Amino acid sequence: MVGTVAPDARRNRNVGLMAAGAALAMLGLGYASVPLYRLFCQVTGYGGTTQRATADKLAGVKVAGKMIRVRFDANTAPGLPWMFKPQQVTQDLRIGERKIATFEAKNLSGRPITGTAIFNVSPEQAGKYFNKIQCFCFTEQKLVPGQDVRMPVIYYVDPAILDDPGANNIEEITLSYTFNETPESAAQAHNSAGAKPLALLAEKPLDRAQVRR
Amino acid sequence: MATIPANEGFDAHHDAHDHDHDHKPGFFARWFMSTNHKDIGTLYLIFAIFAGIIGGAVSGIMRAELAEPGIQYLGWWTNFLGGNASDFNATLHMWNVLITAHGLIMVFFMVMPAIIGGFGNWFVPIMIGAPDMAFPRMNNVSFWLTFVGFCSLMLSAFVPGGTGVGAGTGWTVYAPLSTSGSVGPAVDFAIFSLHLSGAGSILGAINFITTIFNMRAPGMTLHKMPLFVWSVLVTAFLLLLALPVLAAAITMLLTDRNFGTTFFDPAGGGDPVLYQHLFWFFGHPEVYIMILPGFGIISQIISTFSKKPVFGYLGMAYAMVAIGVVGFIVWAHHMYTTGLDVNTKMYFTAATMVIAVPTGIKIFSWIATMWGGSIEFKSPMVWAIGFIFLFTVGGVTGVVLANGGVDDNLHDTYYVVAHFHYVLSLGAVTSLFAGFYYWFPKMSGRMHSEFLSHLQFWIFFVGVNLIFFPMHFLGVQGMPRRYPDYALAYSYWNKIASIGYVIMAVSIVIFFINILYAFLAGKKAEANYWGEGATTLEWTLSSPPPFHQFETLPVIDDAAHAH
Repeated sequence: MVGTVAPDARRNRNVGLMAAGAALAMLGLGYASVPLYRLFCQVTGYGGTTQRATADKLAGVKVAGKMIRVRFDANTAPGLPWMFKPQQVTQDLRIGERKIATFEAKNLSGRPITGTAIFNVSPEQAGKYFNKIQCFCFTEQKLVPGQDVRMPVIYYVDPAILDDPGANNIEEITLSYTFNETPESAAQAHNSAGAKPLALLAEKPLDRAQVRR
Repeated sequence: MATIPANEGFDAHHDAHDHDHDHKPGFFARWFMSTNHKDIGTLYLIFAIFAGIIGGAVSGIMRAELAEPGIQYLGWWTNFLGGNASDFNATLHMWNVLITAHGLIMVFFMVMPAIIGGFGNWFVPIMIGAPDMAFPRMNNVSFWLTFVGFCSLMLSAFVPGGTGVGAGTGWTVYAPLSTSGSVGPAVDFAIFSLHLSGAGSILGAINFITTIFNMRAPGMTLHKMPLFVWSVLVTAFLLLLALPVLAAAITMLLTDRNFGTTFFDPAGGGDPVLYQHLFWFFGHPEVYIMILPGFGIISQIISTFSKKPVFGYLGMAYAMVAIGVVGFIVWAHHMYTTGLDVNTKMYFTAATMVIAVPTGIKIFSWIATMWGGSIEFKSPMVWAIGFIFLFTVGGVTGVVLANGGVDDNLHDTYYVVAHFHYVLSLGAVTSLFAGFYYWFPKMSGRMHSEFLSHLQFWIFFVGVNLIFFPMHFLGVQGMPRRYPDYALAYSYWNKIASIGYVIMAVSIVIFFINILYAFLAGKKAEANYWGEGATTLEWTLSSPPPFHQFETLPVIDDAAHAH
């Protein structure tokens, strides 16, 4: 057989481009996973992501008889010169009952700082049932030097937790917050520091033992 | 005419010309601007051997350090690489740099270049009766991207990486250790290295897919392709779909590190666990990328030396496809301890165990191929049987680790180290040596010494088992991974493992002596030096094959077709 060895260059280009397209699509999927993952966490409570209660969801909640304990935990990111602590260690409440807890935050530095609180609950499977109606973590908090504020969180534990075989034996849920400085606020501090670059990093890390008077 | 890329075609004149002289370009054009799949394959093999020496030497430092409790040698290496050993943390950081370098080098710059770039480039076109790869110039680009990627990784060892010099993140490059935990350019260099070699591998995958789909000789249908070609085809698809996800993840790391994004930083609403999901969505297919071509090589060898076609050819081919497909939906079994809920763990446990089914099909089909065969224990066959044994041990411990509940206990212990070294260091590397001795005379035209090959096998076999089998005990006893020091209770089996390393190193010396012997005193290899069992197309060509093969395409008919 006399070979027409020349393979069809156009066919090669087509298959090659299709393969390259598949690779690009996977690259896109990698990036698309960021919003998808956030959505997934919000919907499923994955990783202890708490829920935000809407008005119609609230209306259907009935208070169950069983008691549950909620423990509060407050942290600041390394380098954030804030004092931040819960004003109650635990609260006991009925499942489905609405309750308010308060946290105290104080700016210990000499500059205004804007922070956001990230949160989750432990054990993680309780995230799906831990509903916040109002929370300081929904918005950014700006504290001027020395300012001391009390911040509320209104929450309830969804009675549906009693129907979940993986979660109905939970007796205590820990709600944890960690305050972080927003990137904008940190950048501002960095710019105004002028001759002292990275003033933010030079701040003494908050010693939590000291602020717990 | 320097080269004849496939897409330029052949006219009668060139045909005659090349037949007469087997014309090769000059040294620089041949090796630095190569578009010949065999030359590029050779470059990949030389590069992989070189990188393997470095990666193996790094593990030698690690085994020396682990031979006794306490810190003995890390300080010296810290100073050697320009760090400050008087800072104890910098000394400990050197350990992280070593495990990172060992992992990245062995995965991206030794196993992958050797098994896909080396053997894949050499034998996929020949086995399907094609004159070259579909995109010969892109093939060259793939190799040099990998090479430059390796240089970038080497560079990272000499620049600050946070606690000390070098990138100390582990091959997984988990955030936040790799972001806020490692200031300095070292981790950027390491990430860049992954970008480059990843891009090279994606281009290579596109090349293999196009070559295998479009350039098979007349009569070479997909279901007649040798299993090695099937294995490279499946591997190419895994590369094509998995590597871009890694590219996305490490690009996010890079922007988190340098441009203020917060993909993996909780302070800005990100989540470090997302990085783990993305990494292992790549990382799990990656382990099959490393082992599947090895499966292909072993199938060729077992069939050759049993003088039988492979048992259950279609089952073997589609078992690899199944392993590839299922490999994409089991990634979170690497993340059992990140707080997955019980149902998620159950799913990933079950899905992971499913992989044992197609893998079992392969193991049993190899054994069934040997059954009743006229077996010749030539060196590649001995290595291949060694592969089946070692890979099965690694597979069994894999089934143990697949259990979410058991893994809670064994996660990040030496049991895991033992498991993945049995499937990769002992599995993939054994298949590499098997393939090397199977094809080295074909590639070089010189016979190696069968005696030295057998000797290397037995010493290697004893050495690697001494290194890695005791690690099962250490892991079950609770010795954690990634530490340069350990409690006194772990010293006995660590000592044994370090002795095993020395024995293994001796076998590698024999390997190099064998190569030297072949080039200095080896007999000239005939076209088909393994005899009647070797039926694939590479055995119809001279050893080494002509610079351009199959200018007249071979025609595959049913009688001649071989698996």
